[in-house]
This record gives sequence, C-alpha cells and structure tokens, in this order.
Amino acid sequence: MSGGTFVGMPSFPKAAHEAVHNQTLRGNLRHATHTIRAKRANAVAEVSDWAELREAGKQIKDHTLRHLDRYLVQLEESVTAAGGTVHWAADADEANRIVTYLVKATGESEVVKVKSMATQEIGLNEALEAEGINAYETDLAELIVQLGKDRPSHILVPAIHRNRGEIRDIFAREMSEWGRPAPEGLTDTPAELAEAARVHLREKFLRAKVGVSGANFMVAETGTLVVVESEGNGRMCLTLPETLISVVGIEKIVPTWQDLEVFLQTLPRSSTAERMNPYTSTWTGTTDEDGPQTFHLVLIDNGRTDTLADEVGRQALRCIRCSACLNVCPVYERAGGHAYGSVYPGPIGAILSPQLRGTQSEIDASLPYASSLCGACYDVCPVAIDIPEVLVHLRERVVEGGVVTRDGAKVVLKPAKGHAAERAAMRAARWAFGHPGALRTGQRFASRTRRFHPRTLPGPGKAWSETRALPAVPAEPFRDWWQRTHGGKDASK
Amino acid sequence: MSSRDLILARVRRALADVPRDDTPYDQAFERGYLREHGDRSVEQTVDLLAENLADYRARVHRCDADGLAATIAGLLAERGSTSVVVPTGLDPEWLAATAVTRVADRLDSTPAELDRVDSVVTACAVAIAETGTIVLDGGPDQGRRRITLVPDHHICVVRVPDQVVSSVPQGLERLDPARPLTWISGPSATSDIELDRVEGVHGPRTLEVVLVSAE
Repeated sequence: MSGGTFVGMPSFPKAAHEAVHNQTLRGNLRHATHTIRAKRANAVAEVSDWAELREAGKQIKDHTLRHLDRYLVQLEESVTAAGGTVHWAADADEANRIVTYLVKATGESEVVKVKSMATQEIGLNEALEAEGINAYETDLAELIVQLGKDRPSHILVPAIHRNRGEIRDIFAREMSEWGRPAPEGLTDTPAELAEAARVHLREKFLRAKVGVSGANFMVAETGTLVVVESEGNGRMCLTLPETLISVVGIEKIVPTWQDLEVFLQTLPRSSTAERMNPYTSTWTGTTDEDGPQTFHLVLIDNGRTDTLADEVGRQALRCIRCSACLNVCPVYERAGGHAYGSVYPGPIGAILSPQLRGTQSEIDASLPYASSLCGACYDVCPVAIDIPEVLVHLRERVVEGGVVTRDGAKVVLKPAKGHAAERAAMRAARWAFGHPGALRTGQRFASRTRRFHPRTLPGPGKAWSETRALPAVPAEPFRDWWQRTHGGKDASK
Repeated sequence: MSSRDLILARVRRALADVPRDDTPYDQAFERGYLREHGDRSVEQTVDLLAENLADYRARVHRCDADGLAATIAGLLAERGSTSVVVPTGLDPEWLAATAVTRVADRLDSTPAELDRVDSVVTACAVAIAETGTIVLDGGPDQGRRRITLVPDHHICVVRVPDQVVSSVPQGLERLDPARPLTWISGPSATSDIELDRVEGVHGPRTLEVVLVSAE
C-alpha cells in the first residue's frame, strides 16, 4: 500500500516526453494550475504590502540559515523544556530507524499521518511497512495517491494529476481493501468523494494511538511547532493520538514567535490562494490533559547541510513548500510532477532535488535543464528564491563539474557524461569572442552560405535540434550592418 | 560522534564562507510590512470579520449579551441537536435557554464517545478580521482541542469588539505560544479534487460564529 517510489527514474526529458503525450494528464494539470493561478493573484492583490512581506520572509529565512547551528540548539532546548524529546537524524535511514523504534516502543502497529513532504522524502511509509507497521495517509490527496498505488505529483495537492472521475474509480475499487468501503453508487461529485473519505478515515482517527506529522514551521525561541492545513485531518492526527512524532527538516526553523506573522500571511495566499487556510495548529511540547502526552521531534539533515554549503544554491533552503512555483511553471504544466522523479517536483524540485541528492544520477543531472528559465517561479516565490539563478548555477556544475559538499565532505565532481558537445561549443565560443578577426570572418562566411544550411544539426547536436527550430542566419552580420549604417560611430557622440 | 554533533559540525563547516554577524535579531533587518491593512473603525473591523467568515462559509450570527442564550438555543434547535459538549469554564448562562443534554469535556471520554455528540459550544481567545479567523487557546471556556474537532457542528462565541483584532500580527501579539492553539477560518475544506474548494471533510462541517456585543 506504500505506493511507488522514485528510485530508478529516467531522466527528465524522457519522462516528460511520455507525459506530454498523455491528454488526460495535460487536461487535468492545465485546469488545476490555471484555476489556482487566477485565485492566487487575487489573494496577493488583497495585501498592499506583499513586496515587504516577501522581503521580510527572505530576510528571516536567510538570517536563520546563517545562524542555523545556534537556532537548532535553541530549538532543542525549548522543545525539551516544554516536555518534548528531540532526536537528530543525519540521513533518511537514520530518521526511519528512529521513527520505527519510537512506534514499536508504543506497542502499536499502525499510525495515522498528516501529509508531510519530509516523510515522503525519506520514504517513511515504506520503511514502516517493512517493519510491519501500517501508515495511513489521512490528507484527501495523499489518500488518493496511496489507494491508487501511485506517486505524488505536486507539493500541495499530490493527486493534482487525477480528475474526479479517476478519483471515484480509485475509491470504489480500493477503499474496501483498507477499511470501510466506498458507499454503493458513489458519484464523482467532489462533495460525495470528500464524504466517502471522511467516513473511511474517521474509524482510523478514532482508534489511532500514534500520529506522525511534519511541520511547516518550528519556533526556536518558544519550541512551538506549526502545522497549516485545510481538512482537519491534521488536527485529528495532532490531537487524538497518545503519542505524536514530528519529522522535520532542520531548515524549517524561524527564530521568534513574531516571525510567524509573516509566513502565516504569505503561505496560505501563495499555496491555496486563501486569506487563511481553514486550520492552523500550534503546539509547544506537551500540554497536560490535552492532546498527545508524549511528543518526539525528529530533526533531519538528509542533504540539507550539503545544500547549505553551496553559496548560490543554499537559498533553496528558504523554501516554505507553498508550491506557487509549480502552478505558474509552463514546464510543470505540461510535463506533470512525476517527470521530476522526486517528491519535490516543479521549479523548486529542479533545484532542491539535485542539491539534496547530488547530481550523480541521470535524473538529478537532468533536472537543472527542466526549465525554460522564464522566471515566473521567481516572481511568485513568497521568500524570493531566485530559482533561475540556481538552475543556471547547477547546469554549470553538471557540465563543468567542480567542488561540492556531499555528506559533509568536500568532493570534486567530474563533468557529467553527455555534455561533451556543449563543453566543446562553449570552448569554441570563448575562443571566437577572444579573436574578433576570426569571428568576423566566420560570421560573413555563415551569412553568405545561409541558403545551404541544414534544418537540423548533424552529430551530437541532433538531439538538441530535434525539439528546437534552428535560428535563421541573417543576410548580413550585425557588425557589418552597424559599420555600413553608422560608420562605426556612436550617433549620440 | 552523535548525529547531533555531526549535523551541527556540518552546519558550521557549510557556513565557513559567511562572515560572522552578531547583530541582535531585532536589528538584523527591517520589518517593512504593515501591522494592519487599511484604516477602519472598530465597527468596520467587526463587519470585516463577519464578511470574511461568511466568505469562507462560516454561518455568522449577531446578537447582544441578553440575546445570546436564545440565539444559541435557536441554533441547536435548528440543527436538531440532542447533545452538546460543554467546556468546563463556559458561562452556564449561555446555555440557559436550551434543554439539550450537556456532555462535559472530560479527560477520560474517548474520541468515539465524542463522535456521538451532535454539537459543541465554545468561546474563543481572539478573532482576526482580515483573514476571517477565530483562534482557540484551550482556555477553560474553550476546552480541549478535540471537542471542537470531532463533533460535526461547532458554535463559537466571539465577544465584540474586545476579542477582535484587525490582522495576523495583532492576533499573534495577543496569543501565548505556550498554549496549544487552533486557528479556524471557516469549516473544514479541501481543494484536493481538481483544485476546486469543497467544504466539509474531517473537521466540523458546520461552523457557526456568534458575534455577541457587550450591551
């Protein structure tokens, strides 16, 4: 019941090539992303100080990252003082071992889960399943993904690639396997589908002894954790069980309680285009006679400190997982989330995944190219991550290699295979621009022979020109035209 | 080396290029954003709260202190409720006009028992007009978090104007982070099916907010 994993994914171009030919997928994605785009623009327009909120969000996150060691220690102290227990996990395996141990210590063999990117990232459900523990996803979209033995394709709405008809079929077919079956004659109206999910999951909520969550924010000053959600499944998992285990990336810290005033304004408007999401829960350790009496916080690194070591790429750690960048991305809209081969799809995934996992695999080396560099993702980002800048930086790393940090140690990456033509072209361009006479001769030759130029490139350039029209060579080089019309002199002088 | 020490050492190494900066946090950058949006009178702020609550499908009612008991009794009757969960510190006057069975917010009641109760009536800690949000902090007149979660019908009483603030920053200022907080903006909702908003999934599907004025 764990759903598919991303291991062994083909490179982005291959996966995207198949996805763009799936008419249903493209239709579902187009409808969903265009709906949310229009709504988001309205929600943002309601607050006149959006630019200032965005700048503050950026500054708070940058400051936190710059002093991350200090804030991690402060957070540990305040969570412990409030009655919680803090665990540290250097990688996914260690995090999974810790959570498995904590669940087993309760004597339970099932847990209810709040949707969480961090637990998706480490493959927690699969790890628990291997130890005989059932993990039930309780977010409607995650339920659709889990029942459909599918993979998530969006950060906020993991089942965005499914339409209501497909969801109806999944519920009717699969619900009986895992609990209360879907009602007879279930239709595809969203209200009926939501009702079926409510009834199916309620029996699990009411008997659950262990809840597993992530967190949107952790406040270092107070030890408070924050979960932002809509359905109430989060509140169920955070308050009904006796034991709560929260698995959170180390970059999710904000220094002070006051900082939440920025993100509780920007996150809902950026993600679901609402003034405020229906439910936000905050808890500080444990509270006597209310909610879980045992609270564990598992802090995970899993590539985050390696990302922090990259001067250009570290800004990706500002991400608050709102998913606004996915909804505006022309590449995501057509290729879908699965093509990115990671729980983090879209523009943010294209810079986060290759940093968290390294660029050694085929899919990770291809991700920095999964973009048109149009910049829409940067414009909507509520913490102003310059995604195009990081993409270009990562492309350079893929092509040229260089020094990077992996598992805390500096290593020298070799240039990736398959970029020989690109490297040769860049070298040739560097030489030509350094030799103006040769450049002029070459340009004139190109102009005079333009009738004979092929439509596609031969050799290693073939793949490139398969998906692009070659630019036409002008009849006269620009420099000759300038010389002829302006006599080589600047008219303003 | 423990993973704790390993991670902290990696963080420090990763930041080797960053110049040390010990500026106190409150001076580290400018908070250039607004404390509230727009210039409103107290009445206008309360009206905005009502408008935004209703926009996200909460049912909003207004009355004065004398009319509160009758208003609550009317809402329970309209719903056809036969039982209602009551936080220990709720003003008994609020329920004086209804004969519906009271269920105490007890520590030893199970979630399944709570699931059989029709309604819950609570007060709140603060309400935020700009976002249409009510915040519960588990105070004696609000009870444990689960009582406003499991029953399908939540009636929340907001004292206006003293419990109403304009904005999220003003709301946070009034709240104590040591208490468990639940922020509620409309009833349970989902946007997971084709990104269309649908009200009513796991939390209460009907949220009624009673704005009660002092006189």
